[in-house]
Amino acid sequence: MTRARELLARATNPTATVFILLVLVFAAVFAMNPGFFAGPSLMAFLKQAAPLVILAAGQYFVIVSGNFDLSVGALVGAQVVIAARLIDGEESRTVPVLIVMALFGIAVGLVNGLITTALKVQSFITTLGMLLVLYGAIRLWTGGAPTGSLSEAFRVPGRMGIEDVPVLGQIPWALLIMVALGAGAVLLMRTRFGRILLAAGDNERAAALSGARVDTARTLAFVLSGLSATVAGVLIGGFAGVSAQVGDGLEFTVITAVVLGGVVLGGGRGSVLAAMAGALVIEGLFTLFNQMALPATLRPAVQGAIIIAAVAYAARARARPVPTATATPTPS
Amino acid sequence: MTGPLLAMRGIDKAFLGVPVLSAVDLTMEPGEVHALVGENGAGKSTLMKILAGVHTADAGTIELDGRAVSFTHPLQAQQAGVASVFQEFNLLPELTVAENVHLGREPKRRMLIDRRAMTESTAAVLADLGVEDLSPAAKVGTLSVAHQQITEIAKALSQGADLICMDEPTAALADAEVELLYRLIGRLRERGTAVLYVSHRLKEIFDLCDRITVLKDGRLVDTTAAADITPDDLVAKMVGRRIEAQFPDRLPGTETGEVRLRITGGGNDRVDAIDLEVRAGEIVGLAGLQGSGRTEIAEAVFGIAPFTRGSIEVDGAPIRITKPRKAINAGIALVTEDRKAQGLALRQSVRANARMVLDANARVHSRARLARVSGLLSSLDLVARGEDQEVRFLSGGNQQKVVVAKWLAAEPGIIVLDEPTRGIDVGAKHKLYSVIRELAAEGLAVLLIASELIEVIGLADRIAVLHDGRIAAELPGGATEQQVMAYATGRGPE
Repeated sequence: MTRARELLARATNPTATVFILLVLVFAAVFAMNPGFFAGPSLMAFLKQAAPLVILAAGQYFVIVSGNFDLSVGALVGAQVVIAARLIDGEESRTVPVLIVMALFGIAVGLVNGLITTALKVQSFITTLGMLLVLYGAIRLWTGGAPTGSLSEAFRVPGRMGIEDVPVLGQIPWALLIMVALGAGAVLLMRTRFGRILLAAGDNERAAALSGARVDTARTLAFVLSGLSATVAGVLIGGFAGVSAQVGDGLEFTVITAVVLGGVVLGGGRGSVLAAMAGALVIEGLFTLFNQMALPATLRPAVQGAIIIAAVAYAARARARPVPTATATPTPS
Repeated sequence: MTGPLLAMRGIDKAFLGVPVLSAVDLTMEPGEVHALVGENGAGKSTLMKILAGVHTADAGTIELDGRAVSFTHPLQAQQAGVASVFQEFNLLPELTVAENVHLGREPKRRMLIDRRAMTESTAAVLADLGVEDLSPAAKVGTLSVAHQQITEIAKALSQGADLICMDEPTAALADAEVELLYRLIGRLRERGTAVLYVSHRLKEIFDLCDRITVLKDGRLVDTTAAADITPDDLVAKMVGRRIEAQFPDRLPGTETGEVRLRITGGGNDRVDAIDLEVRAGEIVGLAGLQGSGRTEIAEAVFGIAPFTRGSIEVDGAPIRITKPRKAINAGIALVTEDRKAQGLALRQSVRANARMVLDANARVHSRARLARVSGLLSSLDLVARGEDQEVRFLSGGNQQKVVVAKWLAAEPGIIVLDEPTRGIDVGAKHKLYSVIRELAAEGLAVLLIASELIEVIGLADRIAVLHDGRIAAELPGGATEQQVMAYATGRGPE
């Protein structure tokens, strides 16, 4: 009885669902355009999808620990603008500026984390505030429009790759970075830190009473999110160049991706691999839209519908009574 | 008036199929102060909540003033003249006394609230109660607990209550405030308002009450005039049961060794003057009624709500335990009372939960200990589909075994068990009893807290009995339930 229920729970488990969706979306893409899976076209798709996948991994850490990070879109935008302004076309400044960007990403994550954990401000509010602060500060600093330009070296990771590979053509650096960071994220979740993050998102009190540094773990999750936004900023800046709109609305796309991956808002559930798969599903959907010649302006509405549907699907799974063999009434 | 004010007859109630009350009768006269007593879990609160409309009885009748009533909502009870003062007050702290007293029934004049009428009628109720030092304009959040309680009672009277239920009304009061409550109840009696008084404290019951109804395991034992029964007989009626031979004996080779945990003069805002020693190989029981400070001692030792006075020594070394991490690093484990809220991450696997303490504490973590977790789980006879199964799918008993495993994985020297057998099946209970004996045999110091006295008596080598946040007595393991209850209810030696 319990076993049957559990098998059912596993089959309709939101984490498993995302991989089914992944197959369906790409089957549809293939049906519309059989040439999509040719090496170069697939590589181009993955190059473009890499930033979202990396952001999804970063966001996963925050969500699984029971919080949100709405500031990533603004942070991506800020990083690109900072890079352009500080590098200003000078090749020699590339590495120092990358270091500055990494520090800035860490700092933003640290501030988000400390405000949320130490000051007990809900992360929704903390990171919404951070979003606005970054948005406003960058515009103040640049006087409205981004100035300066990126160096060639800076644009390599987002644009270039290992060239002239048989069948595939170019293997983009972005893809390799995505795979490396994705593997790192999966491994990180298998460490003590990862398990504490999950436990804290599931039952903060039980984790704390077991001696876990819940606040520290959650703050580190925000730092990881800040770093993922930094890497995503480098890739997006390299790929698409500088504009005032970089990163706009990206936070919602990322959260949609993670939620689609079956990572339940509120924490404690879902895998980082599924979150990254969620990002690929979203990118696949956007590709599908392009192929169907649907207007890109439709995207936000679709994302909204996906968020609601995914959360409702997870809630339905959660509303099912927890089967335990013995009920524990506690009349007193 | 003819006939009783209240007649509850044949009341049955079950939660999730577990009977909590069966065939309980209760009658009350106008102006009567009626005590409802019994051990933890006897069904007192449930009966009171049925009367207050919080729960609905499965069977039985309730008559008020000769009219049959059936409450499905607290408001209906309120309108019928039954008011309740629970331990948690239903007051809005940002409003004044007068606003709280009239909440939802504010006097109006030309569509607007008539503040003056509200203040005056509140002042009248307070004067009627003989309360002089409480202003209707005071903000409730700034009042003492006693004054908040008076506000609740004034609210009840202003709603026209003929019967007021009070659940442990003195639990949070200082001695001087208890005097005030005594006077208030005397005043209610003169007015003809009946009071149903739920309390563990025998002195108050005999001081205040006209009649006493004793419940035990959800059944009516007796209703008697307070003048016709001695405190000893009352305790015997409340306990009235023999210890069954269900507890494993002390294992051979268990040696009582050095003092592992010593509390000297421990105190905070919940407990005071706690002196307690637990030696290696010893099981010390903490007995006491709900709210007597048992859990508070556990939480202080574990650093959740530390002692603010006194000192703690672990293995002879003084230590300040300000948070759970420090307790864990000092080799202390706490199996908490509420395993679902405090013990387990229910959506995580058996393995993840069993490793949680090791994962969370670098100083406790080791590969050797991790490797032993599986063996530990099977030595506890855990029944699960595998270590990957989420703990929410396990039975209560098996969940508790996972909690015990997660603490034993850290190889503590001192283990505190707060209600370890609550809500678990008999088989798992027996297993846990044996485990507790084995831990003592291995030289752990065990501090055992249990509501069910037979558990403490059946397992502990020594029993510290708590009353009102203090240790009222330390009894040897073979003490009787009557002896323990005598101290637990604050009556002192036989």
